[in-house]
Amino acid sequence: MYRYDEFDREFVTSRVAQFRDQVERRVSGELSEDNFKPIRLQNGVYLQLHAYMLRVAIPYGTLNSRQMRMLAHIARTYDRDYGHFTTRQNIQFNWPKLTDIPDILEDLASVEMHAIQTSGNCIRNVTADHFAGASSDEIADPRPYAEILRQWSSNHPEFAFLPRKFKIAVIGAPHDRAAMQFHDIGLEMRRNAAGNLGVAVYIGGGLGRTPMVGKLVNDFVAEEDLLSYVEAILRVYNMNGRRDNKYKARIKILVHETGLDELKQSIDAEFERIRDGVLKLPDADVRSIEAYFAAPKFELLSDRSSLLEAAKADDKSFTRWVDRNVSAHKQSGYGIVTVALKSTGEAPGDASASQMDVLARLGEQYSFDELRISHEQNVILPHVRLDDLKAVYDDLVANGMAAPNAGLITDIIACPGLDYCALATARSIPVAQEIGERFADLDRQNEIGDLKLKISGCINACGHHHVGHIGILGVDRRGEELYQVTLGGSGDEHAAIGEIVGRGFSKDEISGAVETIVDTYLAKRLADDESFLDAYRRIGAAPFKEALYGPVAA
Amino acid sequence: MSYLYKDGAFQSDKWLTIDGDQPVPEGEDVIVSLTLFEEHQHALLTRNSGRLGVHLEAAEQLDAIVPHLDKFDVVSLDFPTFADGRAFSKARWLRDQHGYAGEVRAVGDVRIDQVSHMKRCGIDALLVTHQQTIDSLTDIKDPGLQLYYQPSAIDGETKAGGRAWARRA
Ligand code: SF4
Repeated sequence: MYRYDEFDREFVTSRVAQFRDQVERRVSGELSEDNFKPIRLQNGVYLQLHAYMLRVAIPYGTLNSRQMRMLAHIARTYDRDYGHFTTRQNIQFNWPKLTDIPDILEDLASVEMHAIQTSGNCIRNVTADHFAGASSDEIADPRPYAEILRQWSSNHPEFAFLPRKFKIAVIGAPHDRAAMQFHDIGLEMRRNAAGNLGVAVYIGGGLGRTPMVGKLVNDFVAEEDLLSYVEAILRVYNMNGRRDNKYKARIKILVHETGLDELKQSIDAEFERIRDGVLKLPDADVRSIEAYFAAPKFELLSDRSSLLEAAKADDKSFTRWVDRNVSAHKQSGYGIVTVALKSTGEAPGDASASQMDVLARLGEQYSFDELRISHEQNVILPHVRLDDLKAVYDDLVANGMAAPNAGLITDIIACPGLDYCALATARSIPVAQEIGERFADLDRQNEIGDLKLKISGCINACGHHHVGHIGILGVDRRGEELYQVTLGGSGDEHAAIGEIVGRGFSKDEISGAVETIVDTYLAKRLADDESFLDAYRRIGAAPFKEALYGPVAA
Repeated sequence: MSYLYKDGAFQSDKWLTIDGDQPVPEGEDVIVSLTLFEEHQHALLTRNSGRLGVHLEAAEQLDAIVPHLDKFDVVSLDFPTFADGRAFSKARWLRDQHGYAGEVRAVGDVRIDQVSHMKRCGIDALLVTHQQTIDSLTDIKDPGLQLYYQPSAIDGETKAGGRAWARRA
């Protein structure tokens, strides 16, 4: 993975010193909250319901054990012993004191981490496929590009005060695990006919109040033009994006109002002007970033592990966990392990300091010192020998992290909601917990199969409810929490936005409504392997509406 | 009251900003609004003496002034609020795309925490009102960083960090 050199280290430490000075000026009253706000936001510091919140970037979701231990240390020392992994490969600490934050940032810098640009109207933490460098379907590892973009966007003088926040995701496989088409810019690595690497570029995707699927603006931008092309998009957006209404300020609205063709013309004109300039990427520089992400020294193993087969034969729970939580690795004899932070009754994405320590140890022992955070709020051990799966599993069981539910209905994405978030209109964590409990029976979950359920506590959609196969949005109606259900959303390569099924449900009704939806699916599916999403696409919303609200008058 | 900061020091501002429908005095160096410029283009471009500058509000585009850039000694760009970053891109365009060599000044809510960004986008003069910013600039307490991950619009930065896009002040 990427390691800081002298330059990076000096950059991050001087940034910490800069922020320390700014915090002192805030505390002394020299800086008003108004003037401090944009500064603290660009350093990941939010003012929440109860306290300041610090959001730390985990660039493209990759971290090593030392970094994970530092996150545990921060949770223990400055917070209430836990952290919350978000849907954007960040971790949030909900209770730090403002005056402690410079120290936290210094601790982070000591392990090559930071909180730069995890909030504010700037280019945010660049995300990537959490299976990068490991999955069997990959064309190329997207992380070198993500790292180059991370560097280029850090403290960019021109794009620090954009109309609105700006999110970039990069994937390197045809199967989209990073909801790439729901980002302001989505990049999909491709090879052209000549075999050269580059990216297809999507713009204007996003969730929130006005969900939109990203539109293909260029089907192949050569690697050397990566930064020029992205800079051209940002410049056009910075000058033309709306600033009169914060709900219309994202690039998706610019795309929508200007029209893709016209906007593409402006982007292409700017790109042509700058493409042969200073941002052209020299091959050697890309290769040297790429070298940081070279595959670990895998052993040459058979793709069948007799140890694994034997362990599966006499442990049904283990088998179940392997079937759900282990994915195909490109290296034979290895698997990708998903540790679901979704045990029944827990807040999705929350991890305690001691759980983080366990994960760090497992990464070190079994996964070449590497861990990943997925946008589905799980932790990944990317490179585990099949022979070691049982040992990893036993360890996870002992530490309460062996939920065998990756991709199942209880592997819920939920935002912090009203329990923590100042913007929330409804609670989301308790709803997730209730649904988790209702579907706790593993046989039943497995019978239901792949089903992505996502919950947001307000229209900002941090819980990605629009792309849930079943999406739940908490709204406030005259002081009462109400939950609106959408069906058929999808964040993968067949991107779709869920459709609202009808009137919302009260907090007491919502988990029952989900059950009705699931029962309807089970009754209507053609075969066990017709997934919820496939069935929904075949039969449409009508049967679900009828089950929920009764027959529609003709 | 606002003060002009340029070339590392505060100095007196020789430029007269013409608000609204004031007369444009002969012989004075004046900065006019884009509207005034468009309405009286001919008269302004053929004045006998006195230099000419133009001021763009945040929502105003460069297009109208681009054909006449060589006539302007100052392009003044409005930063109406701390959060409005449009003028960063405009400054960048003036320098990079149009090779504009005159003064590009930042006017409005100019604050110390953005000064480094402004400079790197090609802004070389600041009209400052904010007292703490005046103090910091006087003490040369620019909180900007000295290391950058992207090339900028100004001379004097050297390559650094062993990759094409990184720079040091
Ligand atoms: S969706 Fe709304 S409630 Fe949930 S975290 Fe985002 S802003 Fe807060």
